[in-house]
Amino acid sequence: MLKNGPVSLLFHSLVVGFVLAPLVVICLVAFTPENTLSMPKFLTPWNGFSLRWFRAIFEHPDFTASFWNSLLLATLSASIAVALSVPAALAIDRMEFPGRASLNALFLSPLIIPHLVLGVAFLRLFALIGATGSFPWLVASHVIIITPYVLRLVLAALSGFDRSIEAAALTLGAGPGTVFRRVTAPMILPGITGGWLLAFINSFDELTMSIFVTSPQTVTLPVRMYMYATESIDPMMAAVSALMIALTAIAMLVLDRAFGLDKILVGQK
Amino acid sequence: MAFLALRSLSKVFGDFAAVRDVDLGVEKGEFVSLLGPSGCGKTTTLQMIAGLAEPTAGTILLDGRDITNEKPNKRGLGIVFQSYALFPHMSVAENVAFGLEMRGVNRAEREARVKAMLQLVRLSEMAERYPRQLSGGQRQRVAIARALVIAPPVLLLDEPLSNLDAKLREEMQFELSRIQRSTGTTTIMVTHDQSEALSISDRVVVMEAGRMTQIDAPFHLYENPANAFISSFVGKMNRLEGQMRGGAAVIAGITLPCAPAGLSEGTAATFTIRPEKIALCAAGQGLIDGTITSRFFLGNTWLMQVETLAGSLAVSLPNQGEEPPRPGSPVALDWPASALRVEEGG
Amino acid sequence: MNRRVTPWPLVGPATLMFFGLVVVPLTLTVILSFHGYNHTTGIENRFTLTHYQAILSDSYFLGIFWRTLRIAALTTVICAAIGVPEAYVLARMRDPWRSVFLLVIIGPLLVSVVVRAFGWSMLLGSTGLVNQAFMAVGLPTTRLLYTETAIVIALVHVMLPFMVIPVWTSLQKLDPAVEAAALTLGASPFTTLRRIVLPQVTMGMLSGSLIVFGLSASAFAIPGLLGGRRLKMAATLVYDEYMHELNWPLGATIAILVLVANLVIMLAYNHAVEARMRRTMG
Repeated sequence: MLKNGPVSLLFHSLVVGFVLAPLVVICLVAFTPENTLSMPKFLTPWNGFSLRWFRAIFEHPDFTASFWNSLLLATLSASIAVALSVPAALAIDRMEFPGRASLNALFLSPLIIPHLVLGVAFLRLFALIGATGSFPWLVASHVIIITPYVLRLVLAALSGFDRSIEAAALTLGAGPGTVFRRVTAPMILPGITGGWLLAFINSFDELTMSIFVTSPQTVTLPVRMYMYATESIDPMMAAVSALMIALTAIAMLVLDRAFGLDKILVGQK
Repeated sequence: MAFLALRSLSKVFGDFAAVRDVDLGVEKGEFVSLLGPSGCGKTTTLQMIAGLAEPTAGTILLDGRDITNEKPNKRGLGIVFQSYALFPHMSVAENVAFGLEMRGVNRAEREARVKAMLQLVRLSEMAERYPRQLSGGQRQRVAIARALVIAPPVLLLDEPLSNLDAKLREEMQFELSRIQRSTGTTTIMVTHDQSEALSISDRVVVMEAGRMTQIDAPFHLYENPANAFISSFVGKMNRLEGQMRGGAAVIAGITLPCAPAGLSEGTAATFTIRPEKIALCAAGQGLIDGTITSRFFLGNTWLMQVETLAGSLAVSLPNQGEEPPRPGSPVALDWPASALRVEEGG
Repeated sequence: MNRRVTPWPLVGPATLMFFGLVVVPLTLTVILSFHGYNHTTGIENRFTLTHYQAILSDSYFLGIFWRTLRIAALTTVICAAIGVPEAYVLARMRDPWRSVFLLVIIGPLLVSVVVRAFGWSMLLGSTGLVNQAFMAVGLPTTRLLYTETAIVIALVHVMLPFMVIPVWTSLQKLDPAVEAAALTLGASPFTTLRRIVLPQVTMGMLSGSLIVFGLSASAFAIPGLLGGRRLKMAATLVYDEYMHELNWPLGATIAILVLVANLVIMLAYNHAVEARMRRTMG
């Protein structure tokens, strides 16, 4: 009904520029043929681009190892988070039992506890039980951090669910198991899949907590990148970052096509 | 000259003409309804009068002044939105006072006028409530009060009753009419409900596909619909195909008396008759025999479908405390010659 | 609904896991913060309040806390100043632009914070694009990297989506006819914005500010990469105590203080918001 005036659009362009600037710079620098991060080539005429820094990544086995490690970690922890969340969400949404609200609060609490604090807490626990540097315990710690995202999306899917549809299936002669398999599950599937992907991305990107609980053998990609960036800054960091941006962009497009990214990021209750 | 005049007004969205070359004059104090199905351009017309949509072509004159390009906040018209658009964070009194505040009316006068207006819409006790604590009908009245308190030259109502349930809708029709008459405000109402338009308007404007196809007083509109669309959109209508022969209608070989029409002998025509103008009588005693195929009881009336040789006719009978014949019964139909008419524009 | 069925088979595994990995480790950390520490022997098994006393009286720690609060508050204010109008501009756009730009604004949320921090370190470096732009227009180059300014800029970048999302959500609930109604009642566009739109996005703005403040105050990667070794914030301080000083009890104490401050602010905020809700919405 109401339109944006020229001032609004100018403001909007500035904000968009601000948001995209660092990402764009990374993607440009990643292709530099130079040894340094300085970018005079982008202000003077184009001086050719090179893939040498992408090749350099593969000469750093620690980076590739961290990538696979992060991939495995994110896949496992997102899947476990889904396996824990779906039944828990069903119970919280469908059943009346004492402590329901407190349990819900407990499951969502990692959202309000700073990751820094969680990292410190996990480190203490792992040190006491001798689990420092263990991969399974790293997975467990990630499950804690990402479960709230899945739980919220599944709960949202369940609360937007018309219960009379299940009743209709029951009156048509389906047993409770069949109702869940043929009616309930397919209808909350978008919430589950969206939750899995969101959890995967959050696990894959997590730094602050992981930096406390990873060992040299289990270093994740963000931790590796952080360590690397604090020591030396060269265009290889840009190349790795550009790859991560590309991967995230692909994941984002998939999420958006399948569920509407705005629904997953904005519409969560 | 009319108080509010639309001259050759058009609104085009891309290659879709929502409103085409519309002309309308509304007199001071008049209550005019824009009636039509959804997508006919009635709401767009209202928005152009309000200044919320910009006309593609044409002019809007208010009391002789050209307001076509005036900003909505300068026009000073009162508008009741379909969703009521009450300010959720303001109390009823604050909602009503808002327009006065914008006009720089001092506090004392503001309070007095808000009080008087809330009295008019019978909401004096609700002044401190917030919109979400009110029922649909109460919100509706707040919206009317908020629009009227600024003493607008013209009040615009956008489907004002569509969000209310059937019983409340009927009550509010009369309430709306009472409020409008007591303030004497020139009013334009957009609606898709023909009974709403007929019951409270001085004149009804029928819109179809962006055009105004008939502008008439409600009774005249009902009795003399200008075309086939209007005859079926406003009220129910039986329509029969036949010919004009010797001053009577010949339908499926049966000669039936009809109102005189200036048609030459043998011309094919569509004949129309309202269901409530047909009387039911014993078989063989009416103009045409038939069999009842269905019967619905609507409380104050019975709606029946009667199969005759001329075609299937809907018949509406007032409920006078006796049950009419059951489906399957043979009956006859009767009507005064003036009730069966040749359809105009058909 | 299904009162007969016990929920424990469904919520049991998650409960066990969250008890074991949230409640237990947090409790252990609280206990750890009361343990003694000796540089030669490590953690000592005795109860002491030394760390709390040390932190609350040492100007070094207090300086870092003060900086953390200042940076988080500044970030929150700037995020609100940019995010609220931006959400409003987005809400007034038409599709497909609206969806496209909503994605552009909130999409970076999914890009690793290390990547974004790195991008800013390139932009703000002594030979970065910002300084090159300064030079191009004849301004002297400025040291931006490893300053509080750099940290605030990057934090605003990272936190902006958290402000836009709740404000956008509350704008979605706003009936567009309400703005039209205010205009037709004679309000100017500016008055409409101030009197009609703004009061209704206050809730969204408050919850956005809460998230932004909480996350900024405990941010790690941004101060770590853009603040350098000297400009510490609470999270980088904890990391140093753990990884370089190896004084775990002291690190745990700081972490617990960060957590408590976070929870206190959040509860106070919720309390204020609820009180406000009760007052204006009845």
